Amino acid sequence: MSAAYPTIWRKPPQMIQARGLRIALAVGAVVYLVLAIGTIDVNWTRVIAGMERAQRFVAGFLQPDFTTRWRDISNGLMESLTMTFTSTVVGVAISIPIGVGAARNVAPRAVYLVCRSIIAISRALQEIIVAIFFVALFGFGAFAGFLTLTFATIGFIGKLLAEDIEDIDEAQAEAIRATGASWVQLINYAIQPQVMPRLIGLSLYRLDINFRESAVIGIVGAGGIGAALNTSLSRYEYSSAGAILLIIIAIVMMAEYSSGYLRKWVK
Amino acid sequence: MLWAGWLACVALFVWCWERMTQRTIWAFVWDAPNAAADIASRAFPPRWSYMERLWAPLWDTINIATLGTLLGIAMAVPLAFLAASNTTPSRLVLRPAALFVIVATRSINSLIWALLLVSILGPGILAGILAIALRSIGFIGKLLYEAIEETDIRQVEAVTATGASQGQILTYGIVPQVLPSFYGISVFRWDINIRESAILGLVGAGGIGAQLNSSLNMLAWPQVMLIILVILGTVVVSEWVSAKVRHAII
Repeated sequence: MSAAYPTIWRKPPQMIQARGLRIALAVGAVVYLVLAIGTIDVNWTRVIAGMERAQRFVAGFLQPDFTTRWRDISNGLMESLTMTFTSTVVGVAISIPIGVGAARNVAPRAVYLVCRSIIAISRALQEIIVAIFFVALFGFGAFAGFLTLTFATIGFIGKLLAEDIEDIDEAQAEAIRATGASWVQLINYAIQPQVMPRLIGLSLYRLDINFRESAVIGIVGAGGIGAALNTSLSRYEYSSAGAILLIIIAIVMMAEYSSGYLRKWVK
Repeated sequence: MLWAGWLACVALFVWCWERMTQRTIWAFVWDAPNAAADIASRAFPPRWSYMERLWAPLWDTINIATLGTLLGIAMAVPLAFLAASNTTPSRLVLRPAALFVIVATRSINSLIWALLLVSILGPGILAGILAIALRSIGFIGKLLYEAIEETDIRQVEAVTATGASQGQILTYGIVPQVLPSFYGISVFRWDINIRESAILGLVGAGGIGAQLNSSLNMLAWPQVMLIILVILGTVVVSEWVSAKVRHAII
Protein backbone atom coordinates (compact mmCIF):
# COMPACT_ATOMS: atom_id res chain seq x y z
CA MET A 1 0.00 0.00 0.00
CA SER A 2 1.55 3.24 -1.10
CA ALA A 3 1.38 5.96 1.45
CA ALA A 4 -1.11 8.74 0.97
CA TYR A 5 1.28 11.12 2.63
CA PRO A 6 2.89 13.79 0.47
CA THR A 7 6.50 12.99 -0.20
CA ILE A 8 7.59 16.59 -0.41
CA TRP A 9 7.51 18.64 2.76
CA ARG A 10 6.47 22.22 2.34
CA LYS A 11 7.26 24.88 4.82
CA PRO A 12 4.11 26.11 6.54
CA PRO A 13 3.46 29.84 6.19
CA GLN A 14 4.75 31.76 9.17
CA MET A 15 2.61 34.85 9.53
CA ILE A 16 -0.66 34.76 7.61
CA GLN A 17 -2.51 31.46 7.50
CA ALA A 18 -5.21 32.26 4.90
CA ARG A 19 -3.86 31.54 1.41
CA GLY A 20 -6.15 34.01 -0.37
CA LEU A 21 -5.17 36.87 1.92
CA ARG A 22 -1.48 36.07 1.42
CA ILE A 23 -1.80 36.23 -2.35
CA ALA A 24 -3.88 39.41 -2.18
CA LEU A 25 -1.29 41.06 0.04
CA ALA A 26 1.55 40.02 -2.26
CA VAL A 27 -0.25 41.34 -5.36
CA GLY A 28 -1.13 44.56 -3.56
CA ALA A 29 2.49 45.02 -2.49
CA VAL A 30 3.77 44.49 -6.06
CA VAL A 31 1.22 46.94 -7.51
CA TYR A 32 2.12 49.51 -4.88
CA LEU A 33 5.83 49.07 -5.50
CA VAL A 34 5.42 49.54 -9.25
CA LEU A 35 3.32 52.67 -8.71
CA ALA A 36 5.66 54.07 -6.07
CA ILE A 37 8.87 53.40 -7.93
CA GLY A 38 7.25 54.96 -11.00
CA THR A 39 7.04 58.28 -9.16
CA ILE A 40 10.79 58.54 -8.68
CA ASP A 41 12.17 60.67 -11.43
CA VAL A 42 15.90 60.82 -11.36
CA ASN A 43 17.81 63.46 -13.20
CA TRP A 44 20.79 61.30 -14.13
CA THR A 45 22.94 64.11 -15.50
CA ARG A 46 22.50 65.88 -12.16
CA VAL A 47 23.38 62.70 -10.30
CA ILE A 48 26.54 62.20 -12.35
CA ALA A 49 27.51 65.81 -11.75
CA GLY A 50 26.80 65.21 -8.07
CA MET A 51 29.10 62.17 -7.93
CA GLU A 52 32.08 64.47 -8.14
CA ARG A 53 30.66 66.33 -5.16
CA ALA A 54 30.12 63.05 -3.36
CA GLN A 55 33.79 62.27 -3.87
CA ARG A 56 34.73 65.64 -2.44
CA PHE A 57 32.43 65.00 0.47
CA VAL A 58 33.98 61.62 1.21
CA ALA A 59 37.40 63.22 0.92
CA GLY A 60 36.29 65.96 3.31
CA PHE A 61 34.97 63.36 5.71
CA LEU A 62 38.28 61.50 5.66
CA GLN A 63 40.30 64.68 6.07
CA PRO A 64 38.06 66.80 8.25
CA ASP A 65 39.02 70.42 8.59
CA PHE A 66 38.45 71.52 12.16
CA THR A 67 40.49 74.72 12.03
CA THR A 68 39.25 77.15 9.36
CA ARG A 69 35.72 77.43 10.69
CA TRP A 70 36.60 76.60 14.28
CA ARG A 71 34.96 79.77 15.60
CA ASP A 72 31.61 78.88 13.98
CA ILE A 73 31.91 75.27 15.01
CA SER A 74 32.79 75.96 18.62
CA ASN A 75 30.07 78.62 18.90
CA GLY A 76 27.50 76.26 17.46
CA LEU A 77 28.64 73.41 19.65
CA MET A 78 28.51 75.58 22.75
CA GLU A 79 25.01 76.74 21.84
CA SER A 80 23.89 73.18 21.19
CA LEU A 81 25.26 71.89 24.48
CA THR A 82 23.88 74.73 26.61
CA MET A 83 20.54 74.49 24.80
CA THR A 84 20.43 70.75 25.41
CA PHE A 85 21.17 71.02 29.11
CA THR A 86 18.87 73.93 29.95
CA SER A 87 15.98 72.56 27.92
CA THR A 88 16.26 69.15 29.52
CA VAL A 89 16.29 70.66 33.03
CA VAL A 90 13.35 72.99 32.38
CA GLY A 91 11.46 70.36 30.37
CA VAL A 92 11.79 67.74 33.10
CA ALA A 93 10.80 70.28 35.76
CA ILE A 94 7.62 71.15 33.84
CA SER A 95 6.82 67.59 32.86
CA ILE A 96 6.85 66.25 36.43
CA PRO A 97 3.59 67.96 37.47
CA ILE A 98 2.11 67.19 34.05
CA GLY A 99 3.17 63.56 34.30
CA VAL A 100 1.63 63.26 37.77
CA GLY A 101 -1.52 64.92 36.49
CA ALA A 102 -1.71 62.54 33.55
CA ALA A 103 -1.60 59.43 35.71
CA ARG A 104 -5.09 58.01 36.07
CA ASN A 105 -4.56 56.58 39.55
CA VAL A 106 -3.50 59.79 41.31
CA ALA A 107 -5.18 62.63 39.42
CA PRO A 108 -8.85 63.65 39.24
CA ARG A 109 -10.55 63.10 35.88
CA ALA A 110 -10.55 66.75 34.71
CA VAL A 111 -6.84 67.23 35.46
CA TYR A 112 -6.11 63.91 33.78
CA LEU A 113 -7.78 64.97 30.54
CA VAL A 114 -6.06 68.37 30.45
CA CYS A 115 -2.61 66.88 31.08
CA ARG A 116 -3.13 64.08 28.56
CA SER A 117 -4.10 66.56 25.87
CA ILE A 118 -1.01 68.70 26.58
CA ILE A 119 1.11 65.56 26.16
CA ALA A 120 -0.72 64.55 22.99
CA ILE A 121 -0.19 67.96 21.38
CA SER A 122 3.47 68.02 22.30
CA ARG A 123 4.04 64.53 20.90
CA ALA A 124 2.10 65.00 17.69
CA LEU A 125 4.04 68.04 16.45
CA GLN A 126 7.52 67.29 15.19
CA GLU A 127 10.40 69.28 16.61
CA ILE A 128 11.15 70.86 13.26
CA ILE A 129 7.66 72.27 12.79
CA VAL A 130 7.61 73.59 16.35
CA ALA A 131 11.04 75.09 15.76
CA ILE A 132 9.81 76.89 12.63
CA PHE A 133 7.04 78.49 14.64
CA PHE A 134 9.24 79.42 17.57
CA VAL A 135 11.81 80.93 15.24
CA ALA A 136 9.04 82.99 13.65
CA LEU A 137 7.86 84.10 17.09
CA PHE A 138 11.06 84.54 19.10
CA GLY A 139 13.56 85.37 16.40
CA PHE A 140 16.55 83.36 15.22
CA GLY A 141 18.91 81.82 17.70
CA ALA A 142 19.34 79.47 20.57
CA PHE A 143 16.37 80.72 22.58
CA ALA A 144 13.88 79.40 20.00
CA GLY A 145 15.77 76.11 20.01
CA PHE A 146 15.64 75.97 23.79
CA LEU A 147 11.86 76.45 23.75
CA THR A 148 11.42 73.81 21.04
CA LEU A 149 13.40 71.20 22.90
CA THR A 150 11.62 72.04 26.17
CA PHE A 151 8.27 71.61 24.43
CA ALA A 152 9.28 68.25 23.00
CA THR A 153 10.71 67.09 26.34
CA ILE A 154 7.41 67.76 28.10
CA GLY A 155 5.53 65.33 25.87
CA PHE A 156 8.18 62.64 26.05
CA ILE A 157 8.89 62.65 29.79
CA GLY A 158 5.27 63.44 30.68
CA LYS A 159 3.92 60.42 28.83
CA LEU A 160 6.51 57.94 30.08
CA LEU A 161 6.32 59.25 33.65
CA ALA A 162 2.52 59.04 33.66
CA GLU A 163 2.64 55.45 32.42
CA ASP A 164 5.20 54.64 35.07
CA ILE A 165 3.04 56.10 37.82
CA GLU A 166 0.07 54.10 36.56
CA ASP A 167 2.20 50.94 36.76
CA ILE A 168 3.35 51.36 40.38
CA ASP A 169 2.82 48.81 43.09
CA GLU A 170 -0.57 49.82 44.51
CA ALA A 171 0.09 48.06 47.81
CA GLN A 172 2.58 50.71 48.89
CA ALA A 173 0.22 53.55 47.98
CA GLU A 174 -2.52 51.72 49.89
CA ALA A 175 -0.30 51.46 52.96
CA ILE A 176 0.51 55.17 52.90
CA ARG A 177 -3.16 56.05 52.37
CA ALA A 178 -4.12 53.90 55.36
CA THR A 179 -1.99 56.09 57.63
CA GLY A 180 -4.23 59.03 56.73
CA ALA A 181 -1.71 60.73 54.49
CA SER A 182 -2.70 63.76 52.45
CA TRP A 183 -2.37 63.75 48.64
CA VAL A 184 1.00 65.51 48.77
CA GLN A 185 2.28 62.99 51.31
CA LEU A 186 0.99 60.17 49.14
CA ILE A 187 2.95 61.46 46.15
CA ASN A 188 6.03 62.09 48.25
CA TYR A 189 6.18 58.81 50.16
CA ALA A 190 4.44 56.27 47.94
CA ILE A 191 4.88 57.37 44.34
CA GLN A 192 8.14 59.29 44.27
CA PRO A 193 10.41 56.52 45.66
CA GLN A 194 8.99 54.05 43.15
CA VAL A 195 9.38 56.15 40.02
CA MET A 196 12.54 58.11 40.87
CA PRO A 197 15.12 55.72 39.37
CA ARG A 198 13.18 55.52 36.15
CA LEU A 199 12.68 59.28 36.02
CA ILE A 200 16.43 59.82 36.28
CA GLY A 201 17.00 57.24 33.56
CA LEU A 202 14.45 58.90 31.30
CA SER A 203 15.93 62.35 31.87
CA LEU A 204 19.37 61.12 30.88
CA TYR A 205 17.92 59.46 27.80
CA ARG A 206 16.11 62.67 26.90
CA LEU A 207 19.35 64.64 27.35
CA ASP A 208 20.85 62.38 24.72
CA ILE A 209 17.87 62.82 22.36
CA ASN A 210 17.84 66.58 22.88
CA PHE A 211 21.44 66.84 21.77
CA ARG A 212 20.67 64.95 18.57
CA GLU A 213 17.64 67.13 17.93
CA SER A 214 19.61 70.29 18.65
CA ALA A 215 21.83 69.34 15.72
CA VAL A 216 18.77 69.32 13.47
CA ILE A 217 16.65 72.27 14.51
CA GLY A 218 19.54 74.59 13.67
CA ILE A 219 18.72 73.94 10.02
CA VAL A 220 15.54 75.99 10.34
CA GLY A 221 17.31 78.76 12.25
CA ALA A 222 17.02 77.70 15.86
CA GLY A 223 20.74 78.00 16.58
CA GLY A 224 23.24 75.38 17.57
CA ILE A 225 25.55 73.17 15.60
CA GLY A 226 22.91 72.47 12.94
CA ALA A 227 23.16 76.08 11.82
CA ALA A 228 26.93 75.73 11.40
CA LEU A 229 26.44 72.49 9.47
CA ASN A 230 23.85 74.05 7.21
CA THR A 231 26.11 77.02 6.48
CA SER A 232 29.10 74.86 5.67
CA LEU A 233 27.06 72.63 3.35
CA SER A 234 25.53 75.53 1.50
CA ARG A 235 29.02 76.97 1.04
CA TYR A 236 30.10 73.54 -0.29
CA GLU A 237 32.82 73.39 2.37
CA TYR A 238 32.67 69.65 2.72
CA SER A 239 35.73 69.34 4.92
CA SER A 240 34.19 71.60 7.55
CA ALA A 241 30.87 69.75 7.21
CA GLY A 242 32.74 66.46 7.66
CA ALA A 243 34.36 67.82 10.81
CA ILE A 244 30.99 68.90 12.21
CA LEU A 245 29.41 65.54 11.43
CA LEU A 246 32.31 63.72 13.09
CA ILE A 247 31.90 65.90 16.18
CA ILE A 248 28.16 65.15 16.27
CA ILE A 249 28.74 61.40 15.89
CA ALA A 250 31.43 61.42 18.58
CA ILE A 251 29.27 63.34 21.06
CA VAL A 252 26.20 61.20 20.37
CA MET A 253 28.20 58.01 20.85
CA MET A 254 29.74 59.36 24.04
CA ALA A 255 26.34 60.45 25.34
CA GLU A 256 24.83 57.10 24.48
CA TYR A 257 27.48 55.07 26.25
CA SER A 258 27.70 57.30 29.30
CA SER A 259 23.93 57.57 29.67
CA GLY A 260 23.61 53.80 29.36
CA TYR A 261 26.30 53.41 32.01
CA LEU A 262 24.70 56.01 34.29
CA ARG A 263 21.29 54.40 33.92
CA LYS A 264 22.70 51.04 34.97
CA TRP A 265 24.36 52.71 37.92
CA VAL A 266 21.14 54.45 38.99
CA LYS A 267 19.25 51.16 38.91
CA MET B 1 27.86 65.35 48.96
CA LEU B 2 24.35 65.22 47.52
CA TRP B 3 23.92 68.92 48.15
CA ALA B 4 27.20 69.68 46.45
CA GLY B 5 25.96 67.73 43.44
CA TRP B 6 22.72 69.72 43.35
CA LEU B 7 24.62 72.97 43.74
CA ALA B 8 26.90 72.02 40.85
CA CYS B 9 23.84 71.25 38.73
CA VAL B 10 22.23 74.59 39.53
CA ALA B 11 25.46 76.45 38.85
CA LEU B 12 25.86 74.63 35.54
CA PHE B 13 22.29 75.47 34.63
CA VAL B 14 22.72 79.16 35.42
CA TRP B 15 25.96 79.29 33.48
CA CYS B 16 24.42 77.53 30.48
CA TRP B 17 21.43 79.83 30.61
CA GLU B 18 23.66 82.93 30.60
CA ARG B 19 25.73 81.55 27.77
CA MET B 20 22.71 80.57 25.70
CA THR B 21 20.80 83.81 26.07
CA GLN B 22 23.81 86.02 25.39
CA ARG B 23 22.70 86.63 21.86
CA THR B 24 18.97 86.60 22.44
CA ILE B 25 17.17 89.77 21.49
CA TRP B 26 14.72 90.12 24.35
CA ALA B 27 12.54 92.64 22.54
CA PHE B 28 11.52 89.83 20.16
CA VAL B 29 10.83 87.49 23.06
CA TRP B 30 8.58 89.95 24.89
CA ASP B 31 6.81 90.70 21.66
CA ALA B 32 6.14 87.00 21.03
CA PRO B 33 2.55 86.90 22.38
CA ASN B 34 1.59 89.70 19.98
CA ALA B 35 3.36 87.96 17.13
CA ALA B 36 1.64 84.70 17.99
CA ALA B 37 -1.77 86.37 18.02
CA ASP B 38 -0.96 88.02 14.72
CA ILE B 39 0.09 84.77 13.04
CA ALA B 40 -2.91 82.94 14.46
CA SER B 41 -5.29 85.61 13.15
CA ARG B 42 -3.70 85.30 9.71
CA ALA B 43 -3.60 81.51 9.72
CA PHE B 44 -7.33 81.04 10.31
CA PRO B 45 -9.23 79.82 8.49
CA PRO B 46 -6.91 77.35 6.71
CA ARG B 47 -7.04 77.67 2.93
CA TRP B 48 -8.91 74.48 2.06
CA SER B 49 -8.76 75.06 -1.69
CA TYR B 50 -5.00 74.55 -1.54
CA MET B 51 -5.68 70.91 -0.73
CA GLU B 52 -5.89 69.89 -4.39
CA ARG B 53 -2.24 70.79 -4.83
CA LEU B 54 -1.27 68.76 -1.78
CA TRP B 55 -2.37 65.29 -2.87
CA ALA B 56 0.66 64.67 -5.09
CA PRO B 57 3.24 65.75 -2.46
CA LEU B 58 1.37 63.72 0.13
CA TRP B 59 1.61 60.62 -2.07
CA ASP B 60 5.34 61.39 -2.52
CA THR B 61 5.74 61.66 1.24
CA ILE B 62 4.16 58.26 1.81
CA ASN B 63 6.30 56.76 -0.95
CA ILE B 64 9.47 58.24 0.54
CA ALA B 65 8.62 56.70 3.89
CA THR B 66 7.62 53.30 2.52
CA LEU B 67 10.37 52.83 -0.05
CA GLY B 68 12.91 54.25 2.38
CA THR B 69 11.81 51.78 5.03
CA LEU B 70 12.01 48.86 2.57
CA LEU B 71 15.49 49.90 1.42
CA GLY B 72 16.56 50.38 5.01
CA ILE B 73 15.28 46.90 5.91
CA ALA B 74 17.13 45.38 2.96
CA MET B 75 20.39 46.85 4.23
CA ALA B 76 19.71 46.39 7.94
CA VAL B 77 18.87 42.66 7.93
CA PRO B 78 22.28 41.39 6.77
CA LEU B 79 23.93 43.90 9.10
CA ALA B 80 21.86 42.64 12.03
CA PHE B 81 22.91 39.05 11.37
CA LEU B 82 26.55 40.18 11.17
CA ALA B 83 26.21 42.15 14.41
CA ALA B 84 24.40 39.56 16.54
CA SER B 85 26.93 37.68 18.62
CA ASN B 86 25.29 34.27 18.01
CA THR B 87 25.11 34.48 14.22
CA THR B 88 28.11 36.61 13.29
CA PRO B 89 30.66 34.83 11.08
CA SER B 90 33.59 36.69 12.60
CA ARG B 91 33.59 38.09 16.08
CA LEU B 92 36.73 40.13 15.71
CA VAL B 93 36.34 41.92 12.39
CA LEU B 94 32.79 41.89 11.04
CA ARG B 95 30.91 42.29 14.32
CA PRO B 96 32.60 45.53 15.43
CA ALA B 97 32.37 46.87 11.87
CA ALA B 98 28.64 46.13 11.70
CA LEU B 99 28.09 47.64 15.14
CA PHE B 100 29.94 50.78 14.09
CA VAL B 101 27.79 51.17 10.98
CA ILE B 102 24.67 50.72 13.12
CA VAL B 103 25.71 53.35 15.66
CA ALA B 104 26.97 55.82 13.05
CA THR B 105 23.83 55.71 10.90
CA ARG B 106 21.67 55.99 13.99
CA SER B 107 23.35 59.07 15.35
CA ILE B 108 22.81 61.18 12.22
CA ASN B 109 19.27 62.44 11.85
CA SER B 110 17.48 61.85 8.55
CA LEU B 111 17.23 65.59 7.98
CA ILE B 112 21.03 65.86 8.01
CA TRP B 113 21.31 62.88 5.67
CA ALA B 114 18.81 64.62 3.39
CA LEU B 115 20.82 67.83 3.51
CA LEU B 116 23.91 65.92 2.37
CA LEU B 117 22.15 63.84 -0.25
CA VAL B 118 20.34 66.81 -1.76
CA SER B 119 23.63 68.55 -2.31
CA ILE B 120 24.99 65.38 -3.94
CA LEU B 121 22.01 63.97 -5.86
CA GLY B 122 20.07 67.15 -6.43
CA PRO B 123 16.66 67.88 -4.98
CA GLY B 124 13.96 65.28 -5.37
CA ILE B 125 12.31 62.24 -3.93
CA LEU B 126 15.34 59.96 -4.45
CA ALA B 127 17.41 61.94 -1.93
CA GLY B 128 14.53 61.64 0.53
CA ILE B 129 14.24 57.87 0.09
CA LEU B 130 17.97 57.38 0.60
CA ALA B 131 18.00 59.68 3.64
CA ILE B 132 15.16 57.74 5.26
CA ALA B 133 16.79 54.42 4.35
CA LEU B 134 20.17 55.37 5.82
CA ARG B 135 18.62 56.57 9.06
CA SER B 136 16.49 53.42 9.30
CA ILE B 137 19.49 51.07 9.01
CA GLY B 138 20.77 51.90 12.45
CA PHE B 139 17.38 51.74 14.12
CA ILE B 140 16.18 48.47 12.56
CA GLY B 141 19.66 46.95 12.76
CA LYS B 142 20.00 47.63 16.49
CA LEU B 143 16.56 46.33 17.48
CA LEU B 144 16.84 43.32 15.17
CA TYR B 145 20.26 42.19 16.33
CA GLU B 146 19.08 42.41 19.93
CA ALA B 147 16.11 40.23 18.96
CA ILE B 148 18.44 37.73 17.28
CA GLU B 149 20.64 37.58 20.36
CA GLU B 150 17.59 36.84 22.51
CA THR B 151 16.49 33.80 20.48
CA ASP B 152 16.02 30.49 22.25
CA ILE B 153 19.23 28.49 21.84
CA ARG B 154 17.44 25.13 22.29
CA GLN B 155 15.52 25.43 19.02
CA VAL B 156 18.75 26.22 17.21
CA GLU B 157 20.40 23.19 18.82
CA ALA B 158 17.49 20.96 17.82
CA VAL B 159 17.82 22.06 14.21
CA THR B 160 21.61 21.64 14.36
CA ALA B 161 21.18 18.11 15.76
CA THR B 162 19.31 17.04 12.59
CA GLY B 163 22.45 17.79 10.61
CA ALA B 164 21.26 21.06 9.11
CA SER B 165 23.66 23.27 7.22
CA GLN B 166 24.43 26.83 8.35
CA GLY B 167 21.82 28.28 6.01
CA GLN B 168 19.20 25.80 7.20
CA ILE B 169 19.97 26.64 10.83
CA LEU B 170 19.29 30.29 10.03
CA THR B 171 16.05 29.72 8.13
CA TYR B 172 14.58 27.05 10.42
CA GLY B 173 16.13 27.84 13.80
CA ILE B 174 16.50 31.60 14.01
CA VAL B 175 14.30 33.31 11.41
CA PRO B 176 10.97 31.90 12.71
CA GLN B 177 11.85 33.16 16.18
CA VAL B 178 12.70 36.72 15.17
CA LEU B 179 10.04 37.12 12.46
CA PRO B 180 7.31 38.60 14.73
CA SER B 181 9.68 41.16 16.21
CA PHE B 182 11.03 41.86 12.73
CA TYR B 183 7.57 42.81 11.46
CA GLY B 184 6.89 44.80 14.60
CA ILE B 185 10.14 46.76 14.26
CA SER B 186 9.56 47.42 10.55
CA VAL B 187 6.07 48.78 11.03
CA PHE B 188 7.22 50.86 13.99
CA ARG B 189 10.01 52.35 11.91
CA TRP B 190 7.61 52.96 9.01
CA ASP B 191 5.44 54.97 11.39
CA ILE B 192 8.42 57.08 12.49
CA ASN B 193 9.51 57.47 8.86
CA ILE B 194 6.14 58.92 7.87
CA ARG B 195 6.71 61.65 10.43
CA GLU B 196 10.24 62.28 9.28
CA SER B 197 9.50 62.22 5.56
CA ALA B 198 6.88 64.92 6.05
CA ILE B 199 9.60 67.41 6.94
CA LEU B 200 12.39 66.26 4.62
CA GLY B 201 11.05 68.59 1.93
CA LEU B 202 12.26 71.54 3.99
CA VAL B 203 15.78 70.85 2.73
CA GLY B 204 14.62 69.92 -0.78
CA ALA B 205 14.17 66.18 -0.52
CA GLY B 206 10.64 66.05 -1.93
CA GLY B 207 7.28 65.44 -0.35
CA ILE B 208 4.89 67.71 1.47
CA GLY B 209 7.70 69.52 3.31
CA ALA B 210 8.64 71.27 0.08
CA GLN B 211 5.16 72.80 -0.05
CA LEU B 212 5.52 73.75 3.60
CA ASN B 213 8.82 75.43 2.88
CA SER B 214 7.53 77.48 -0.05
CA SER B 215 4.39 78.48 1.86
CA LEU B 216 6.55 79.57 4.79
CA ASN B 217 8.80 81.58 2.51
CA MET B 218 5.76 83.34 1.05
CA LEU B 219 4.40 83.86 4.59
CA ALA B 220 1.17 82.26 3.35
CA TRP B 221 -0.01 81.31 6.83
CA PRO B 222 -3.42 79.83 5.82
CA GLN B 223 -1.55 77.37 3.57
CA VAL B 224 0.96 76.60 6.31
CA MET B 225 -1.93 75.89 8.66
CA LEU B 226 -3.54 73.52 6.16
CA ILE B 227 -0.27 71.68 5.52
CA ILE B 228 0.33 71.23 9.23
CA LEU B 229 -3.18 69.89 9.67
CA VAL B 230 -2.58 67.45 6.79
CA ILE B 231 0.72 66.31 8.31
CA LEU B 232 -0.95 65.85 11.70
CA GLY B 233 -3.72 63.81 10.08
CA THR B 234 -1.22 61.59 8.25
CA VAL B 235 0.77 61.06 11.42
CA VAL B 236 -2.33 60.08 13.37
CA VAL B 237 -3.43 57.64 10.66
CA SER B 238 0.01 56.04 10.36
CA GLU B 239 0.25 55.71 14.13
CA TRP B 240 -3.16 54.02 14.17
CA VAL B 241 -2.15 51.63 11.35
CA SER B 242 1.11 50.72 13.03
CA ALA B 243 -0.59 50.17 16.39
CA LYS B 244 -3.17 47.89 14.71
CA VAL B 245 -0.55 45.87 12.84
CA ARG B 246 1.70 45.51 15.86
CA HIS B 247 -1.28 44.47 17.95
CA ALA B 248 -2.20 41.83 15.38
CA ILE B 249 1.35 40.44 15.25
CA ILE B 250 2.31 40.37 18.90
